[in-house]
Amino acid sequence: MSYDKAITVFSPNGQLLQVEYAMEAVNKGYCCVAVRGKDCIALGIEKATVSKLQDSRTLQKVLLIDENTCIAFAGLNADARILANMARVEAQSYRLSYEDAPTVDYIARYISSCQQKFTQKGGARPFGLSNFICGFDQLSRPRLFQTEPSGFCTEWKANAIGRNSKQVREFLEKNFAPDLNREDTLRLVTRALLESVEANTKNVDIAIISTEDRRVQFLGESDLQKAIDYVISLKK
Amino acid sequence: MDTVFGFVGKDFALVATDCGVAYSIMRFSDTEDKIMAVDDNKLFAMGGEIGDRLNFGEYIQKNIHLYTFRTGIKLNVREAANYTRSELAYAIRNGPYQVNLLIGGFDEEGPSLYWLDYLGTLQKLTRGAHGYGAYFVSGLLDNWFKPDLTLDEGIELVKKCINEVQTRFLMSQKNFVVKIVTKDGIRVI
Repeated sequence: MSYDKAITVFSPNGQLLQVEYAMEAVNKGYCCVAVRGKDCIALGIEKATVSKLQDSRTLQKVLLIDENTCIAFAGLNADARILANMARVEAQSYRLSYEDAPTVDYIARYISSCQQKFTQKGGARPFGLSNFICGFDQLSRPRLFQTEPSGFCTEWKANAIGRNSKQVREFLEKNFAPDLNREDTLRLVTRALLESVEANTKNVDIAIISTEDRRVQFLGESDLQKAIDYVISLKK
Repeated sequence: MDTVFGFVGKDFALVATDCGVAYSIMRFSDTEDKIMAVDDNKLFAMGGEIGDRLNFGEYIQKNIHLYTFRTGIKLNVREAANYTRSELAYAIRNGPYQVNLLIGGFDEEGPSLYWLDYLGTLQKLTRGAHGYGAYFVSGLLDNWFKPDLTLDEGIELVKKCINEVQTRFLMSQKNFVVKIVTKDGIRVI
């Protein structure tokens, strides 16, 4: 049995190389930006180039876990489906036991503990993705959590993962303001995403989840174009 | 023994249960709601062992929700009924759930009613009943049912059935819960 051959072992200088390589896989993935506003969370997602014969609807980057929680990810698409499925089963199992929806941080900690298990498992590799877990807690405050291949889980006000994430994060650090309203949050996310991605409605998707309407709403073509045009006008 | 009955109307499915909970010679409660809304267009009216009723109902409800989150598609009533039947059929040989149920729902195929019992039986019906009350109510349903019942006619029929059970059944069944599913969702009558 190959279970005695652990893939993730410590290197001489105390690093888990497989986990670090998984981070590299994440940094090659398509960019994803998230900003927490006063009563909403906006997500900016770089869209993969879709070939003409492909049905773009099947490429889902924002996955609904439960009624009040969703995840957006950067990294290996296939791994995301597995992790999302585990989170969905856990969410329903929690509901079955406690007759109440799991909180965002419960799901975030569960996902990150799943990711951590695979850094200590024989014969398996870590999940090659970082996730944004977004949702609303009992007091209807928006919460944004991030998990990494190492299993590290942290809460953020705004962050970016994937390609050029460092650039985008620096932009967010300079331009973030707390308690932004819906309009300003959308603008900040668009500006941040366009730091990394070419300004084109085909490359970019913006989604927003707000307290009133708990569903994930993607900006339509015209709203998207307006947001992009606004950012371009700012740059001039 | 729980009384569960239901029927299908023109644009609605109706299910009704009694509200009594009995233990040995005592009546614990007469305000128990035995109809569970499994999704926003399906009602599970269940009768039988109390623990099994709650456990099984919640188990099926969460699994149906899980399916919705996993696939992004909602199960229609026929699919949900067949799934429920498969769980009952597995359980009968492995630790039975003593639950008999009627599934009333409304989807693209219109209103529908499914009769399931604890052995894993499944039958699509226009009218059906479970429990001792079924002996009293089946005749009434057969007599007064007609295709394309309006809601008012349906409610009249329900009143007749409840009246009969209250008059002639050995056990006192003071309260009943009646719920309907239409294209606009679930409503309590």
